[in-house]
Amino acid sequence: MGKTLFDKVWEHHLVNYPGSENSDKKLLYIDLHLIHEVTSPQAFEGLRLAGRKVRRPDLTVATMDHNVPTKDRDKPVRDPISAKQMEVLKKNCEEFGITLYDLNSYDQGIVHVIGPEQGFTQPGKTIVCGDSHTSTHGAFGALAFGIGTSEVEHVLATQCLVQKKPKTMRVNFIGKLPKGVYAKDMILALIGKIGTAGATGYVMEYAGEAIENLSMEGRMTICNMSIEAGARAGMVAPDEKTYAYLKDKPHAPKGEAWDKALAWWKTLKTDKDAVFDKEVTIDCSTLAPQVTWGTSPGMVRGVDETIPSPDDAPDEVTKIGYKKALEYMDLKPGMKITEIPIDKVFIGSCTNSRIEDLREAAAMVKGRRKADTVKAVLVVPGSHRVKEQAEKEGLDKIFLEAGFEWREPGCSMCLAMNDDVLSPGERCASTSNRNFEGRQGKGGRTFLVSPAMATLAAIHGHFVDIREELS
Amino acid sequence: MKPFQTVVSKAAPLDLPNVDTDQIIPKQFLKRVERTGFGQYLFFDWRFKDDGQENPDFVLNKPEYKGAKILLARDNFGCGSSREHAPWALLDYGFQVIIAPSFADIFYNNCFQNGILPIKLPPDQVDTLFQLVQERPDTEFVVDLEKQTITGGGITISFEIDKERKEKLLKGLDDIAWTLQFEDAIKEYENTHTIY
Ligand code: SF4
Repeated sequence: MGKTLFDKVWEHHLVNYPGSENSDKKLLYIDLHLIHEVTSPQAFEGLRLAGRKVRRPDLTVATMDHNVPTKDRDKPVRDPISAKQMEVLKKNCEEFGITLYDLNSYDQGIVHVIGPEQGFTQPGKTIVCGDSHTSTHGAFGALAFGIGTSEVEHVLATQCLVQKKPKTMRVNFIGKLPKGVYAKDMILALIGKIGTAGATGYVMEYAGEAIENLSMEGRMTICNMSIEAGARAGMVAPDEKTYAYLKDKPHAPKGEAWDKALAWWKTLKTDKDAVFDKEVTIDCSTLAPQVTWGTSPGMVRGVDETIPSPDDAPDEVTKIGYKKALEYMDLKPGMKITEIPIDKVFIGSCTNSRIEDLREAAAMVKGRRKADTVKAVLVVPGSHRVKEQAEKEGLDKIFLEAGFEWREPGCSMCLAMNDDVLSPGERCASTSNRNFEGRQGKGGRTFLVSPAMATLAAIHGHFVDIREELS
Repeated sequence: MKPFQTVVSKAAPLDLPNVDTDQIIPKQFLKRVERTGFGQYLFFDWRFKDDGQENPDFVLNKPEYKGAKILLARDNFGCGSSREHAPWALLDYGFQVIIAPSFADIFYNNCFQNGILPIKLPPDQVDTLFQLVQERPDTEFVVDLEKQTITGGGITISFEIDKERKEKLLKGLDDIAWTLQFEDAIKEYENTHTIY
């Protein structure tokens, strides 16, 4: 029987410990360990208590992103506890010899943005980070997933992880995407279809014409939200686009090493006769722009639809969830999605803060302005490199002229650990990945959409069907 | 990690699917750099009203469920962010056992790393337990990991659990020590594989 892309990467990384053949407990070698300030302090604390060292500081890279301020970077960090976390990360990295991109480093940015853009992320690697959206890196054909702090400590100490082999699922995105419909809509539609636990226990491989046509940025957006469907990881087979993206990136292999790596990467495709534990198909040709209406990413509809009623729920438990979500979001069943008024807009996060996302947003707003009813529009690039590129292209000016704010890189209002938060009751069109209760601030209401849809909402003060706008 | 011992306690019913880790421990409390002290923030936005008063409607605040060491939950418990602060908060608050029809992967894993026993049961058995606990909140359960049983209210339910995970919970064993026994195998791997 043939092998899947996942099988190939998995098998390549198995450490053959005595007895491993007969155990379903596998020891997986980790090629790249990314760390940040929020989920690492207790792991280092654990190492120190046990008198252990970091096994491979050379395979470990740290950055600050989760609670960094996105303005006034030249001033001291105002929140004393955030400042302490950053300070602790800095000390830990010094003590254990780990490369750190700190607050004002040129290489700083959201951990899942800087990995790929610096070429750390490569096909066939195993990549982990104490952050569930590590699945992002799967866009390159890496096996990448989020881990808890105990596992962060485990990887620091051993460079390995104890794992059970997950099941595999292939998602076939067939057909061509209509104009105005993006990677974000594809993944939201998938989560809407299979549910937020639909892929629990699986690694998903995304395949099909629509995936092949996507840029690396688009593939990252899709893999990023794999976890929102419950998946352990998401992967896309590497192809010419992947290699072109990586070529000449600072940490990509060079010269002879590049040729060798490339030869290996080219073998990383699912064999024709490989069998997946599950297959799902989504037709992209009829896909509408998606908007979440509730408090879980699976509560999603096309922009041309209406808010559902609890009676539409498939079962009793979901019905309770719907009721609670409608109450929290203060929405009435039957209301048109395009009638939802928007107070704030957030364009950023590891889902949609790459250069292509900013270009899409800028193209949409060029020469226009945000609606007066919209209190703030935050544009937060994913990294310094993205920021610099955007400024080179003049995107920052387009945003500023439109009344948007142009910020320093970080997670920002994706999880609102810094000053960028919603006030209770505020509705936010957001390009991030989670619409949980209070995620963007206590009582805040999040609607997940693509960057282009978020920008249109900023211009009109409510959601608009982008397809009408473009036609 | 402390060895897991038989738990004898009431159970608190949290009757909601998809309870995510943002609810279990809201992000404003993630900034501590220690592992302890998170219990006071468990389910913060649900447990407390805006003025800081306890919300009497939230199940954990009901006197009949106070002190429960067993949490009864619904599908996909612990979804969302990978933050291990979620199990730390649950444990610090006093929960040692969580029973649900399904758990999110990362959270499930994290429980074992911290000495919490997550028990997966078929939905109809979870329903039965919810009914029992809602009708008779003072029902005491005995969760015996050795025997893999939950006993209480006149019923006994058996549960499945991975053999090695069970061993480790019972002995309070640390994963890192287990892996470090295989130093030679890890070295061998490193010698035979190139990382680009
Ligand atoms: S942008 Fe949001 S989802 Fe991404 S790493 Fe930061 S907090 Fe996590």
